[in-house]
Amino acid sequence: MKKDEVPQDGDNLHHGTFKQLFYAVDQQGDYTTATSIGWEPENVALSQAWDEVEQRVADTRSKVEAGALSPIAYYMERTLLDLPLLALKAGKFQWQVKRHMKPSVFKGLSDKMTERYADIFGIPAGTLRSGELLPFKRPA
Amino acid sequence: MTQFSHTQTAHCESGVISNLFGHYGLHISEPMAFGIGAGIFFGHLPFVKVNGVPGTTYRIWPGAIFARACKRLGVEMESHKFNSVDKAMKALDQQIDKGVPVGMQSSVYYLPYFPESYRFHFNAHNLVVYGKDGDDYLVSDPIMDTVTRIDTESLIRARFAKGFPAPKGKMYYPVNVPQEVDFQEPIKAGIAQACHYMLKIPVPMFGVKGIRFLANRVKDYPAKVGDRRAGLYLGNIIRMQEEIGTGGAGFRFMYAAFLQEAGTLLSKPELKDIGRELTIVGDGWRNFAANAGRVCKARSADNVSYGELSKMLLLIADQEEKVFRRLSTVKL
Repeated sequence: MKKDEVPQDGDNLHHGTFKQLFYAVDQQGDYTTATSIGWEPENVALSQAWDEVEQRVADTRSKVEAGALSPIAYYMERTLLDLPLLALKAGKFQWQVKRHMKPSVFKGLSDKMTERYADIFGIPAGTLRSGELLPFKRPA
Repeated sequence: MTQFSHTQTAHCESGVISNLFGHYGLHISEPMAFGIGAGIFFGHLPFVKVNGVPGTTYRIWPGAIFARACKRLGVEMESHKFNSVDKAMKALDQQIDKGVPVGMQSSVYYLPYFPESYRFHFNAHNLVVYGKDGDDYLVSDPIMDTVTRIDTESLIRARFAKGFPAPKGKMYYPVNVPQEVDFQEPIKAGIAQACHYMLKIPVPMFGVKGIRFLANRVKDYPAKVGDRRAGLYLGNIIRMQEEIGTGGAGFRFMYAAFLQEAGTLLSKPELKDIGRELTIVGDGWRNFAANAGRVCKARSADNVSYGELSKMLLLIADQEEKVFRRLSTVKL
């Protein structure tokens, strides 16, 4: 890549406020560095990844509101976690976390366990307990 | 307060090496650290999935560049992991009180200063803490353009994020840095290792074989996993290729910059020449990403486009193999 070809597609999710460093060749063919505010293909891929997160959060919200899943499932998606990672963070087996996603089991969850989940999700334990679903904000 | 000279780099691990060693008077560029640490690699791991999407890597596993660079340059590091947050933060405070900048492993999800759109659960990000001001720690994060700061609470979360790999408060700092280093042997060893990893690992997922392995899978994505997931898989290949701290084409260019620097240092014009060839391969990777991005954006998968992308990868594999075969024959 030549230095003057280092892409400057700022139409991305961090609005050109973040500049990434690249190694590129100058007119003589020698390596030098240049910064880039973004590149279209990466912007596409990144925004696609966030679309997917947004979709999962919305789907899970409907399921929780319909009473099919507990708020644990919603907040797992909202915190960008998947089941293996959430289980690891909670110090539980995956089947146990899955059980906690049943509304009936969630109701009987101990205070200690609720607090541990709330901490992982970065929300107050009371909010999790009450079943309130805080909105998801994707980086815009 | 400790003065720390921060230079923005392209990748966190080679960047921390360059900045931290430089602090002790061992001046080494980021590409040189990357080359001596034999950072260049390729791997496609269909069974290592994050949110159901298979993983691709364009570099060696986290921590390897560091360990190898230290060994080859004769730098002694002290490295600790912790089971207790209190002990970890005390140990950090003790070192920065002494004026020792400390490198550490962190999760980008918990770094408030990090570009928000990049904050996924990636647990192997390296940064340097070099001071404290009230409740804030002073941070030199190599991928940021200037030094920054982080509050204690966030730093604790970033240092103790659970997951894979779990940082467990890992921190490290040099205790013995040689002032005069002959780069010849380290460069030689780094190149030999990179060639070995790119060409000789007898597993189909790794090295240039891994690129072919990925090419063969990409071809069948729409048929195997459907249009939507095929797009996600492809998007992830691009993200791993281009995203900060992981960038694939970026690593090809960085390694080419290393070959150029090494060629000058050791008066081996052949290395520079190979560097130029690798630059062309890097351009090939970018061309691949540009096309893959178009396929992602169109959202409608057709087998033709995935077939074309597969062919591009096969071509890249051939070129990359040629580069590393030639590199392995250079007498150093």
